[in-house]
Amino acid sequence: MTAIPANSRLRYKSQLRQSDDERHENTHPLTWRLHDDGARIGLDEYQQKNGYVGAQNALNMDPADVIDAMKTANVRGRGGGGFSAGVKWSLTQVGDNLPRGYVVCNADEMEPGTFKDRLLMEQQPHLLIEGMIIAGHANRSKYGYIFLRGEYVDAARSLALAIEEAREAGLLGGSVAGSGFDFDIALHTGAGRYICGEETALINSLEGKRANPRAKPPFPGQSGAWGKPTVVNNVETLCNAPAVMQHGADWYQGLSGSLSNDGGTKLYGVSGLVQRPGLWELPIGTTGWDILERAGGMREGHTLKTWLPGGGSTGFLLPEHLELALDFDTVGQYGSRLGTGLLTVVSHRQSLIALLRNLEQFFARESCGWCTPCRDGLPWATKLLQAIEHGEGRPGDIELLQEHAKNIGPGLTFCAHAPGAAMPLESAIRHFRADFEAGIAASHNVVGNNTVGNKEVS
Amino acid sequence: MATIHVDGNAYDVDGSNNLLHACLSLGLDIPYFCWHPAMGSVGACRQCAVKQYKDENDTQGKIVMSCMTPAADNSWIAIDDADARDFRARVVEWLMTYHPHDCPVCAEGGHCHLQDMTVMTGHTQRRYRFTKRTHRNQYLGPFIAHEMNRCINCYRCVRFYNDYAGGTDLGVFGMNNNLYFGRHEEGTLESPFAGNLTEVCPTGVFTDKTHTRHYTRKWDLQYAPSVCHQCAVGCNTSPGERYGSVRRIENRYNGELNGYFLCDRGRFGYDYVNRDDRPRQPEWRSETQSEWHDTDAGVTLLDVDPALDRGADLLRSTRRIIGIGSPRASLESNHQLMALVGKDNFSTGIAAAEQACLERMAEIDADGVLTTPTPREIESHDAVLVLGEDLMHSAARLALSVRQAALGRRDALAEERDIPVWNAEAVKTLAQDSYHPLYIAYPTATGLDDISASHLRLAPDDIARLGFAIAHELDTDAPAVPELDATTRTHASAVADTLLAAERPLVISGGSLASTAILDATASIARALGRKRANRREKRGGLLLIRREANSTGLGLMGGQPLEWALDAVTHGHADALVVLENDLFDRLPEAAVEKALDATRALIVLDHQRTRTWQRATLGLPAASFAETDGTLVNLEGRAQRFYQVYDPRYLHPECRIHPSWRWLDTLRTSLERQPQDALTFEQAMDDCARAHPALGGMLSAADTADLPAGIELARMPHRYSGRTSMRANIAVSELRVPEDPDTPFIFSMEGYSGFDRPRQNVPFAWAPGWNSPQAWNKFTDVVGGHLQGGDPGARVAGASGPALGDYPAADAIPATFTPRNDHWQLWVLPRLFGGEATSARAEAVVERIEAPALGLGEHDAQALQATDGTTLTLDAGGLQRRLALRVDTSLPGGIVTLPAGVFPEAASGRWVQLRKEEG
Repeated sequence: MTAIPANSRLRYKSQLRQSDDERHENTHPLTWRLHDDGARIGLDEYQQKNGYVGAQNALNMDPADVIDAMKTANVRGRGGGGFSAGVKWSLTQVGDNLPRGYVVCNADEMEPGTFKDRLLMEQQPHLLIEGMIIAGHANRSKYGYIFLRGEYVDAARSLALAIEEAREAGLLGGSVAGSGFDFDIALHTGAGRYICGEETALINSLEGKRANPRAKPPFPGQSGAWGKPTVVNNVETLCNAPAVMQHGADWYQGLSGSLSNDGGTKLYGVSGLVQRPGLWELPIGTTGWDILERAGGMREGHTLKTWLPGGGSTGFLLPEHLELALDFDTVGQYGSRLGTGLLTVVSHRQSLIALLRNLEQFFARESCGWCTPCRDGLPWATKLLQAIEHGEGRPGDIELLQEHAKNIGPGLTFCAHAPGAAMPLESAIRHFRADFEAGIAASHNVVGNNTVGNKEVS
Repeated sequence: MATIHVDGNAYDVDGSNNLLHACLSLGLDIPYFCWHPAMGSVGACRQCAVKQYKDENDTQGKIVMSCMTPAADNSWIAIDDADARDFRARVVEWLMTYHPHDCPVCAEGGHCHLQDMTVMTGHTQRRYRFTKRTHRNQYLGPFIAHEMNRCINCYRCVRFYNDYAGGTDLGVFGMNNNLYFGRHEEGTLESPFAGNLTEVCPTGVFTDKTHTRHYTRKWDLQYAPSVCHQCAVGCNTSPGERYGSVRRIENRYNGELNGYFLCDRGRFGYDYVNRDDRPRQPEWRSETQSEWHDTDAGVTLLDVDPALDRGADLLRSTRRIIGIGSPRASLESNHQLMALVGKDNFSTGIAAAEQACLERMAEIDADGVLTTPTPREIESHDAVLVLGEDLMHSAARLALSVRQAALGRRDALAEERDIPVWNAEAVKTLAQDSYHPLYIAYPTATGLDDISASHLRLAPDDIARLGFAIAHELDTDAPAVPELDATTRTHASAVADTLLAAERPLVISGGSLASTAILDATASIARALGRKRANRREKRGGLLLIRREANSTGLGLMGGQPLEWALDAVTHGHADALVVLENDLFDRLPEAAVEKALDATRALIVLDHQRTRTWQRATLGLPAASFAETDGTLVNLEGRAQRFYQVYDPRYLHPECRIHPSWRWLDTLRTSLERQPQDALTFEQAMDDCARAHPALGGMLSAADTADLPAGIELARMPHRYSGRTSMRANIAVSELRVPEDPDTPFIFSMEGYSGFDRPRQNVPFAWAPGWNSPQAWNKFTDVVGGHLQGGDPGARVAGASGPALGDYPAADAIPATFTPRNDHWQLWVLPRLFGGEATSARAEAVVERIEAPALGLGEHDAQALQATDGTTLTLDAGGLQRRLALRVDTSLPGGIVTLPAGVFPEAASGRWVQLRKEEG
């Protein structure tokens, strides 16, 4: 397997913007092995660069100690949830009378503006496999699944090859690396639905069912895939496990230094109208300014109006918030979430209403259709935004939008999909109400005029 | 027990369920859609939101879905909270964004849960101003209409159809707000429980097509508590009538029996009551006409008195009268026939082979080694053996119960893992394909095979051998089966082990294959299981024996000679008169034998509500009341006597008709014959007479109602909004006729009576409570939601005959030899079928459409041997009797036997050896 072709249309979105000399084993656990040209790292090279050492260490440890190490390292869910991976693993039900379950890697990277997991999977697939072996051992899992976004064909090839390599090397299959622990991994490519990124919807999809989320409790750790105890982790989360196992929890926790209580590094990124969009592995807790600076700032002629810290389902932040440490707890205090940590910047020259409409249209389309607020609330909100965008807004529409944002919030819906859609909606109105008012004031609506159709939503 | 605090009041509840269930059971109203008492919680619609507080000091609280929150001890919630109220109003507003607001033309209007919930949440103003998504509808067969635009996406339909009832051809397609609940392509819904969708659907997506054809709103229908006559299960129903015709059948909740669900034969098979060709006046056929029975010529319509006079004269001129009763008629009617002709001259009207099975089943039941479960109790058995029955065809509602028993494994697994059993999707996820063991032995595939631990397709003799082998494995004192092959032994041993290990094993068998050998084997298993589990009597096993018709069990307890005896008596000149009660003899015995007997009969009096072939031969035909026009008592297959009540008086709107209950015709005929004119028999007397004459049926008197009403108040048959009562006869006479008197029941043919839910009673004509117009109103009539009716579930077990204890195992010679196919001969087995296999429902228009073209079933090899394929016409030759029918190759069928659906050739009897020939050309 060669590097991703230079002419690949997909490549630019997932570009690591840190050069070889900046990335070191003791500071960049996720990316230090990667090449500047993006060439895929095969098994041999991976092993030469201390690959599978963490897994070896973990396999020699008691599963409970592995979990303790993950807790101490404070690896928090990198898919956007920010839940402690160690705590999640400790909730997996194990026991002699219980079946061994599954470890599922959530590689359905579909959050708008997010392109970090593909970098890891395309260029360094063994890091993920190693992480899954560690997770499998810690959770006594029988089998691992990688639920991969269907469009990630390069990642699929890379992973499939890596799984074969690992099997041939005895790192997967019966008695992994001679440890007596049986574990293997299957790659499953999704059929393309955002909701499959929700862990229980992902499990349903994996089982061949409708990708509807499941009620929690019971959590996947009690009853997950095929009713067996299951742990679902994001690609980046799992990719952090090998370094924790190799260098120890304290070392990992120390990577973020005084920047954050969260441990380790984070693959941050920037997209939008900046000079150099791309990815950077930085200590978690790095500020938005630092990251935007690495991206070269806004493009010529653009100034920053607002930004999303970690994908379409996080709340809009203002330029003044760039000084915040981008970790899970800090961002949460400002009406947003860290999310995936990949910044989307919005220029003053872009229409916020159109952008928000685009986002909400996406969320409305990607609703699984299970619960009412999400299924019927999001299309209505989208149509209100469309109406404002089309010059058909009416007085009261802003309040109606706010009402929607409130009533599709956390706890009111079946899963986190609609609350995720509520966050940009609520924060956009909070920060930029004037844009909405201007849209409605510019309305040329005549009674009965209604150009907002249904097709655009569903 | 748990104490929950709702809106500041403390209540004691059973803490094992969720808050929605607890609050509804307390009589508190919380709106809901996706939740259903029989199907648990899934948290989809978000309509049942309430505010929950951490403790009494918490003033903030947070909104939770009451259906997904346990009713834990010391829960503090508020239904009447501003935030919760507002959120609930938003939910219904969202649900209504695409709803077409077509209530005036919707068949659901007036019993619509969506209407009720919209009113309950106070959603009165539409703010959504954009266009609505629309769908195309599908043709779903003769029973159910489809209007997807009304859908509010609650998922109840697919959850009932697939998860609860095991259907496979209804699904949800699409996603976001473009969901589609339907089939992958147009076509008849295959599940025999599809009709329940009309009640499960909270709005008008799935509606009753038979109802729509002669539509009347719920509030304009007249109801009575009734009992389904279409099989031996005896599900409780609420037939609704308007203008003298039955418009629909609704489920009538009975916590021990049918719960919330009916089968489609019961729900849609009522239309025979409305047939134009029904006899409505007494008919007299002149004997002087030749070939008179082939023509209507010579038929005189009579009024009641002349008919009775002529009938009495006719009978007076004969030497001996034989009465032929009917398992589809009430106990009272059968008893009055017996009273007319005398016990020694009474035949049950059941063919000898079937009656032998019924008698054998009565003996086994009387032995009482294992208890007979109610249908509700079936659901809590954890291992089931079905021997020689395809419940989906012989007792469909029970197939649904057995399915729940198998699914009970899910609840057991969930409890082990601390997942509440009401958390429906979670329980389903956890258990995946785990079921409690269900073993089936039947000649061909059955409707429960998909959830069975094993299903053997065996010839009936081999089913009996398997049964005996299981008994022997359970208890070596039971006779051993000679020449038993290793496979059957292994299987028998596995079944025996499972039945022994189970907490509550259940054995189901019956008379469907007309095999006493299978019943002997069943008796043997029951005895062995009883002996081996003697020290575990607190958790006794169950035994359920399937009978065919609505009152087969009752007639079995009443006793009488088989039908062949009656025909022989007239054929051989021992008698010269026949009085036939609601029975078409041509349905039961070979045409030639019936013809011969009827030719030899000097006087034939037939009482029926259908123009049957037997009716056509009657000298005097007396038009009988159907189940909707009279009262009566039936005994179902579990031995439960149940009373059905007259829904309407046919003469009120059709004064020309002379329809009367059979029991009254027969009593009056007897008094005319004896020249002892009396007052007309009341139903109460008829019931008393019957109970007194037959001690085994003594318990039937307990089946009467227990309503505790103030003096002078009767129970209303009509909802209080009933319209037009005083004017609906205006086309006949402008002066208003007083409503018909009903001396026989506590009900009145009017809305001017009691129809509430706060005075416990068993027999409820229709469920209505303020704010609850849909079938969900039943939740107001139950002790707890999904429990029992507050006044007790209707019906009472009759004591049954106290036969001699079986004592010993059946003798070893009761065990048949291994079935051996013969050259050029096939053993014929008539298999029950849901649609078409029962005489009266097969005359209902919608059911007629649903009946599959009958075909002979042959195994693959046998078909090849005859060089026949699907559709090839075969001639079936049963010793002189020749019938032609198409072939359907049945890959499940063992070699050497040929199957025929019930109700095609009545003269074909199970167990006969027949020849098959391929038609040339």
